[in-house]
Amino acid sequence: MAYVPLADQELELHHPHSWVTKYVWSQDHKVIAIQYGGTAIAVGLVALVLSLLMRMQLGFPETFDLIDPNSYYQSVTMHGMIMVIYLLTALFLGGFGNYLIPLMCGARDMVFPFMNMLSYWVYLVSVIILLASFFVGGGPTGAGWTLYPPQTSMAGTPGHDMGIVLMLLSLAVFIVAFTMGGLNYVVTVLQYRCRGLTMMRLPLAVWGIFVATVLGLFAFPALLVAAIMMLFDTLLGTSFFMPAVIESGTALDYDGGSPILFQHLFWFFGHPEVYIVALPAFGLVSDVLSTHARKNIFGYRMMVWAIIAIGLLSFIVWAHHMYVSGMHPYFGFFFATTTLIIAVPTALKVYNWVLTLWEGDIRMNAPMYFAIGFIFTFIHGGLTGLFLGNVVIDLPLSDTYFVVAHFHMVMGVSPILVLFAALYHWFPKMSGRMYHEGMAKLHFWCTFLGTYAIYLPMHYLGIHGVPRRYYALGTTEFMVPATQDANTAITIAALFVGISQLLFFINVFWSLRNGEKADPNPWGANTLEWQTPDTPPIHGNWGDKLPTVYRWAYDYSVPGAHEDFIPQNTPESVEPTVDEEHFDPDQDQSKADL
Amino acid sequence: MSEAAATSMAPSDGVTGLVDDWTADKQTYHVPWGKAMMWIFLVSDTFIFTCFLTGYLNVRMTTTQPWPPQSEIFALSFGGAPIPLILIAIMTFVLITSSGTMALAVNYGYRRDKFRTIMFICATAFFGATFVGMQVYEWSKLILEEGVRPWGNPFGAPQFGSVFFMVTGFHGLHVSAGVIYLLWVARRIWAGHYDKKGFEIVEIAGLYWHFVDLVWVFIFAFFYLL
Repeated sequence: MAYVPLADQELELHHPHSWVTKYVWSQDHKVIAIQYGGTAIAVGLVALVLSLLMRMQLGFPETFDLIDPNSYYQSVTMHGMIMVIYLLTALFLGGFGNYLIPLMCGARDMVFPFMNMLSYWVYLVSVIILLASFFVGGGPTGAGWTLYPPQTSMAGTPGHDMGIVLMLLSLAVFIVAFTMGGLNYVVTVLQYRCRGLTMMRLPLAVWGIFVATVLGLFAFPALLVAAIMMLFDTLLGTSFFMPAVIESGTALDYDGGSPILFQHLFWFFGHPEVYIVALPAFGLVSDVLSTHARKNIFGYRMMVWAIIAIGLLSFIVWAHHMYVSGMHPYFGFFFATTTLIIAVPTALKVYNWVLTLWEGDIRMNAPMYFAIGFIFTFIHGGLTGLFLGNVVIDLPLSDTYFVVAHFHMVMGVSPILVLFAALYHWFPKMSGRMYHEGMAKLHFWCTFLGTYAIYLPMHYLGIHGVPRRYYALGTTEFMVPATQDANTAITIAALFVGISQLLFFINVFWSLRNGEKADPNPWGANTLEWQTPDTPPIHGNWGDKLPTVYRWAYDYSVPGAHEDFIPQNTPESVEPTVDEEHFDPDQDQSKADL
Repeated sequence: MSEAAATSMAPSDGVTGLVDDWTADKQTYHVPWGKAMMWIFLVSDTFIFTCFLTGYLNVRMTTTQPWPPQSEIFALSFGGAPIPLILIAIMTFVLITSSGTMALAVNYGYRRDKFRTIMFICATAFFGATFVGMQVYEWSKLILEEGVRPWGNPFGAPQFGSVFFMVTGFHGLHVSAGVIYLLWVARRIWAGHYDKKGFEIVEIAGLYWHFVDLVWVFIFAFFYLL
């Protein structure tokens, strides 16, 4: 039987008949995206509150009686795990991946909508299991978000009985959910693009989400295996990760396991995870910058190859998280080298973003504020990464606030600024209404300046040797007297940033009711999701006929065109083609025929 | 698709064809989405088994006690003399045979011979179920007669039992899921689900089945022989 591309096939769509199948058990990728996004943001708020509790303790020790040392460790653990996996991964891939992939590819839905729906519900189960650990005896695990054995299972660690079991179980369930969704995203990008949309015409947002999902599919298995083995250690008393340990004078029933093995498995997942979060952010921010600067993205091909190169390299750098764990020195040499090589494609992307802005006709809308803010925080966090990637500099800085400041800048603040940029940018399409511009800009300044006020001082604390994960610092000689003052200032800034996030929620809920009705394409953007017949798009996305793509996604400010943008589905006969530099017209014609 | 375009895009052979195919920046690749999805899933699953096996090799190095002699533990006696690894050898043979019947099922599927397709799928499922059955026998023998537990065993390193139950258990789950999947596919073929769509589903299920076999070969080599 001859092969017919999906875009040319008649597809049966699952048509909802009742409110429940339309909004609850929905197979529509847009509804699933909003379910994913809503759940991720809700659980992220829990993590935000946990971080504020920790900051209250650090900033004003012995003033509040909110948490004790045990719940401090539990807060550290849950804050980290929720933010990295249940908020950022789920929101970027489950939320934006689900919403944007089919729309930007000109598809009616994901290739396997039923499994896509299942992915969300399994994710919800994993979130419920995770949150359940707050309510079991002993509370959630307090082993730190990296869950290093042997302390995860030792009696001194809070949540060493039920908490850790629920955490591992929740991670395993999350991985199942991610795999079901991830397979959909990857295959939809590969096989469900509309006519004319070649891989090299895809918007960078799709490229970022696509490569990140591939990373996830190959990195999460290591975490799954680590979780299963640790569950065995905890529940069955096996000794995969547990060496012979003596606890309070009694030898435990463990023998001969390897704690370092866990670290290798964890970071083989953990480092790609950084890019699972960062690559979608890179992609989304590229589209936001290009649209609001009214200029094509600088070096599109380079940007794509940089995303792929970063993705590949991210699998061979994991042990730079383990310089102090005890490794052969040559390993440190190898992993430091690969780590620093990643800086090359990453720096290339930063230069290209800046060059995209260069002489652009920049519209300072709220998404653009956040996108430019991201460039600042990302450069900042990236540069401290160069310090920590070197073994000799990492050794003294390990486990200090310098590390905390680094990863919060690079994979906390930066992706979250992109998330807000993207949420404001696509809000008109998702809801059909405009957000309140003034409130959004106020939200930006509070968040941007506030996070700098939090994390900049932390670098200094780290250089002074202030250790992280300490419930109370007390007084020691090597810490300068101003340490406590700095901590107090950081806490005030953190409370300010935390509270100012309310602006976002007020803005969203206010705009849903009272916002101006949004234009189908308020930003004058080229990508397909802005060209849908309905705003917000209805089930099936495209009405009777799928779109056909004639050009790349970045034809902004083309000389001789009627407007300063040419949507991707505008034929060459209507508007000039200018991307000869990137596409050979002859070759292009043959593909349009195909 | 116009005739001219079709010829110009016809793949050439060998390495050149491979390079052409991957660099052509095509609109879509010539593979059904279900098959692409299965391939990607299998690569992901390969990472899972690779992590399991690397983890096993690692604890085998770190454990402080001697590693038990597998060939003696997994020996069965027929008429007095113990034959090392005989049960595992039979299990391996059964599983490899099932790969053969699966390949036949795929072949008859593409010939649209529904009856033979279903027959060979059921034969594959039968061999798979036999494999799981023998595994159940192996497990119960080790647990009940030899006293092997996940947390310890009378022969030496406790990790031996841990790895054994974890890895063969995980693989056994894959085989069991495969048997259910195959029977489900057979039922849908019987019901005429694929008469219009084509029988690619048999090949997709076959991919999964061959993968499970291949993984077993590695488990056999690394755990039972090494």
